Amino acid sequence: MQLTQRAKPVDRQPMTWLESIYLWNILKGMGITLRHLFMKKATIQYPEQQRTFSKVFRGLHVLNRDQDGRENCTACGLCAVACPAEAITMEAAERQPGEEHLYREEKYAAKYEINMLRCIFCGLCEEACPKDAIYLSQTFAPANYARKGFIYAKDELLIPHPVNERDAYLQALDDRKPQHSTLHTN
Amino acid sequence: MSSETNNTVPGVKVTIDNITIEVPAGTTILNAARQIGGDVTPPAMCYYSKLEGSGGKCRTCLVEVAAGSTADPRPMPKLVASCRTGVMEGMVVKNITSDKVKEARAGVVEFLLLNHPLDCPVCDQAGECHLQDLGYEHGKEGTRYEFDRRTFEKEDIGPYIQLHMTRCILCYRCTYVADQLTDQRVHGVLDRGDHAEISTHISKAIDNNFSGNMIDVCPVGALTDKTFRFKNRVWFTKPVYAHRDCPDCCGKVTLWQRGDEVLRVTARKDQWGEVCSHEGKPGWICNTCRFDKKSAHDWVIEGPADVSRHSVISQGHYQQLQTPKETLPEVMGGRAPKLMMDIHEVSEVNRIELSQLPGAATGKDFNSPTDQGK
Repeated sequence: MQLTQRAKPVDRQPMTWLESIYLWNILKGMGITLRHLFMKKATIQYPEQQRTFSKVFRGLHVLNRDQDGRENCTACGLCAVACPAEAITMEAAERQPGEEHLYREEKYAAKYEINMLRCIFCGLCEEACPKDAIYLSQTFAPANYARKGFIYAKDELLIPHPVNERDAYLQALDDRKPQHSTLHTN
Repeated sequence: MSSETNNTVPGVKVTIDNITIEVPAGTTILNAARQIGGDVTPPAMCYYSKLEGSGGKCRTCLVEVAAGSTADPRPMPKLVASCRTGVMEGMVVKNITSDKVKEARAGVVEFLLLNHPLDCPVCDQAGECHLQDLGYEHGKEGTRYEFDRRTFEKEDIGPYIQLHMTRCILCYRCTYVADQLTDQRVHGVLDRGDHAEISTHISKAIDNNFSGNMIDVCPVGALTDKTFRFKNRVWFTKPVYAHRDCPDCCGKVTLWQRGDEVLRVTARKDQWGEVCSHEGKPGWICNTCRFDKKSAHDWVIEGPADVSRHSVISQGHYQQLQTPKETLPEVMGGRAPKLMMDIHEVSEVNRIELSQLPGAATGKDFNSPTDQGK
């Protein structure tokens, strides 16, 4: 029984002598190969050359600070509950008198961890965050020989201090911005 | 119709949202609606069936009475508070079928949110907060209020209870708890109108053994458990029913666990968010059970708590408490699987036992020398 009309009968006739030396077919194949040598290359020389990401690329997470350098995150857990890969964990602590310059709200994330092995970079944490505290940047997690290097703690995620570490902060902002040239070399 | 009921009080027939039910005379519209259950039940922020005299303050349970009774079928001119209005024979009540009610209730929610800070990300009640639910149900999760809200300093009511007066909606439930459950009321509402605030009289600590129940009755995060403060979000904890032999109270509680750690103990709640009744008596729990028994060994665990599947608390899907059998060593001839990474060795979270801290964790707790030595 035929399910479709697309089946083709196989030609089982024995090859002629000219066909059996494959000369024509080899030449045809070499022709394709030669043509591709002169075509535009689909690959680039990574890491000397790098492609820019699209404007909506979702990469490595950044924990944001406000303009005074206070951490925005209040450990509300909405990113963790939104996370479909269950990559985010945190532990909250209470802000003590004298720590107002460090944390914006009375509660803050004392521990904040993202398991980049679990993360699928869907950006739902960014979407869920009520405090503008977490952003997905334009970079991806660098390669590592050990898996434990992919457990990002708060010190790796926090954006540099906008006042105390001005240069690093501007650099971080620059990394987060979408780059407009289609191809740039380092 | 009254011949069918066993009560000496004759039953009356009342129609709520086109559903007719027969209830004993003297029942309020709210309680009649609760007997029907489901969506026709008006929400209640201040009414609490286990507290005598509660209700009539928040106006969230407003309903439209389309016909007063068989004898006098005229509609009531204004919306009535269903928790305080008794049913009449032949009364026709409209709750969700009335646009007027929906509109009025949305307005009431906005009024309740006037002075209520929108600090749900910080508040420990988030996830089980009735005002939060109400706000979302009526699409009023934002605010139009542009002026300064009234603010108060945080206040400690005794060693275990924290009062955030800014979040209070003045439902008076806690004062009824203090009045009816404890021997002597030492806190109440001071001042009037916009200045009204719950406070202990002359900052007197409440050391009564049942004072903790005011945490359970508080519909918002105004009264919170200091031993649970900032320990975890409610929806990440595992609610299980447990009991212990308590000389003071019924001992039937819900434990809010993380792993085997008991982060919080509360009374069991029924579908209306009220304390469950056990053998006809409200299941209030004593402070010893609530604040001092923070170890799983103190309790006999019965099973996962009954959580509405619409609640965010059900996101953990704790349907059974047995850990599934480890099958990998079995198929690998007794050899445990080789882990490329054990997350518990790498992760810095869960290093300290939060349940053992008397209050909220601080930066010091996390940076203690024991924490560093890993």
